Amino acid sequence: MDDLSLRLGIHDLISAYCERIDEDRLEEWPDLFTESCRYLVISRSNHDAGMRQGVMYAASRGMMMDRVFAIRRANLFERHAYRHVTGPIRIKAIEDGVATVHTHFIVARIMAGGETAIFATGRYLDRIDVANGPLRFIERIVVLDSDKIDTLLAIPL
Amino acid sequence: MSHSGLNARGDVVWPSDGISEVPFRVYTDQAQYDREQERLFKGETWNYLCLEVELANPGDYITTTVGEVAVLVVRARDGAVNAFVNRCVHRGNLLCLEQRGNVKEFSCIYHGWIYDLSGALTGVAFEHGVQRKGGMPPEFKKEDHRLPRLRTAVLGGLVFGTFSDATPDLETWLGPDVTRGLTRVMNRTPYVLGRNTQILPNNWKLYFENVKDTYHASILHLFLTTFKINKLTMPGGIYINRDGGNHYTYAMLDYAAEDREYKDAGLRSESEFRLEDRSVIESVDEYGDGVSVQILTIMPGMVLQQVRNTIAIRVIRPRGVDRTELEWIHLGFDGDDEAMTERRLRQGNLIGPAGYIAMEDGCIGGFVQRSLRYNDDGQGIVMMGGHGAESQNFKASESAIRGFWKHYRALMGE
Repeated sequence: MDDLSLRLGIHDLISAYCERIDEDRLEEWPDLFTESCRYLVISRSNHDAGMRQGVMYAASRGMMMDRVFAIRRANLFERHAYRHVTGPIRIKAIEDGVATVHTHFIVARIMAGGETAIFATGRYLDRIDVANGPLRFIERIVVLDSDKIDTLLAIPL
Repeated sequence: MSHSGLNARGDVVWPSDGISEVPFRVYTDQAQYDREQERLFKGETWNYLCLEVELANPGDYITTTVGEVAVLVVRARDGAVNAFVNRCVHRGNLLCLEQRGNVKEFSCIYHGWIYDLSGALTGVAFEHGVQRKGGMPPEFKKEDHRLPRLRTAVLGGLVFGTFSDATPDLETWLGPDVTRGLTRVMNRTPYVLGRNTQILPNNWKLYFENVKDTYHASILHLFLTTFKINKLTMPGGIYINRDGGNHYTYAMLDYAAEDREYKDAGLRSESEFRLEDRSVIESVDEYGDGVSVQILTIMPGMVLQQVRNTIAIRVIRPRGVDRTELEWIHLGFDGDDEAMTERRLRQGNLIGPAGYIAMEDGCIGGFVQRSLRYNDDGQGIVMMGGHGAESQNFKASESAIRGFWKHYRALMGE
């Protein structure tokens, strides 16, 4: 893959991630990750302090599938949706078939009743497998700017 | 008594002397909320302040709140843990803005007034004026002023503070059962794995009652039943202290049988409701006593939990009649190996703002609060398991909630 199509591929993966969450295609969300992967939502203050406890954590694609199943079948909460907006995608490095990519984001939460508010802002710190077929996340760390989460976090960010 | 739940003076009115009917106005009334700050949070209660390990060295400090009141906690040079109101005596400025740090003394940024680590006022900028002009009048004595102090106590590595000189010593006040429950969980030196704060759109009491409510767990939280987890849970019980506001509930689990069952289940594909990755619940009996869940509460706003291998302190911080901040402080212990840390982090999905068996608690209080808007006459029913607040050996009960109201009414003088 030449450099330009690789960059377009990374853009496409990050856009597909937003689309699958925002358009309620959560069942397809784990497919964007490698089988053995790491997905972590963590506050900036925990992350900067070197602390590992986040809000939501998956250490495998199976754990992500369980999260989706729980959202659909087990957990109870008021219906809502997200709208992701990502800032410019910053490709920090491409080494040994792995791209390191940082992207800023804002997520609005739209409640069933129509109330819309900014729910989260932060950065995606991604490591992306670019050497084995379709591009997939090896790791996505969602670093939240704020320590505070309004009410609850059900749908992944 | 009026039907609105208020009497002519506007106080919240209880339907009886009992604790199994609770007027809805207690969740909506501003005057009630204001009294709670004085009589509960600044009254005869022990409030969680911090972990002792956060104050390892002399001069180490943290800032926090007790109820709504800003408080400063510091390790003094003599090793004592001191706690003060975080307010300069001069003009009332917040003395300390940072969440944590290390200082030799506290200096107010506004006019440079200085306090030592015991809270004594030791310096006033330009106390004697500039070139003998101005300055404080001769009757002003620095030694007449100090930061108002809280009494402190440490148990199981947790630092508590009380505003009242009348509060009994911590262990007496907790009672022997709750003291035992606390020191059981906090039996090693803890460290902080991370913190999260959840903003709850409801009165603080609705969350505290929810934690004490052993009745809702298997009904509201469908995760465990959906995935057929906790099938091997054995009956537990509820311990409530004499005052009523401190309690713990526990459940036992046959860890070895659960482990065997999962291994067997891996060989057949039975239910469609199987976890793809069981590491979210794979647990070890780290206390060696078979207890898999222990939820402990301390009046008026602290929770200490063991859910399998997740250990967390939850601090309930009132922020208005219908707003509460819930801080989760996730703990590990010195001596944890990498496998134990990873186990705690994976099981961390069970708890917190996104917790499989906790997220509903983040919204349920808000639903109650919403239904009470201009609709807060009458009273709720808290009669499951009787009318009293005694310890029980079964869990389909609201006795720990009644214990809360027993202690609440005594402290509030209602």
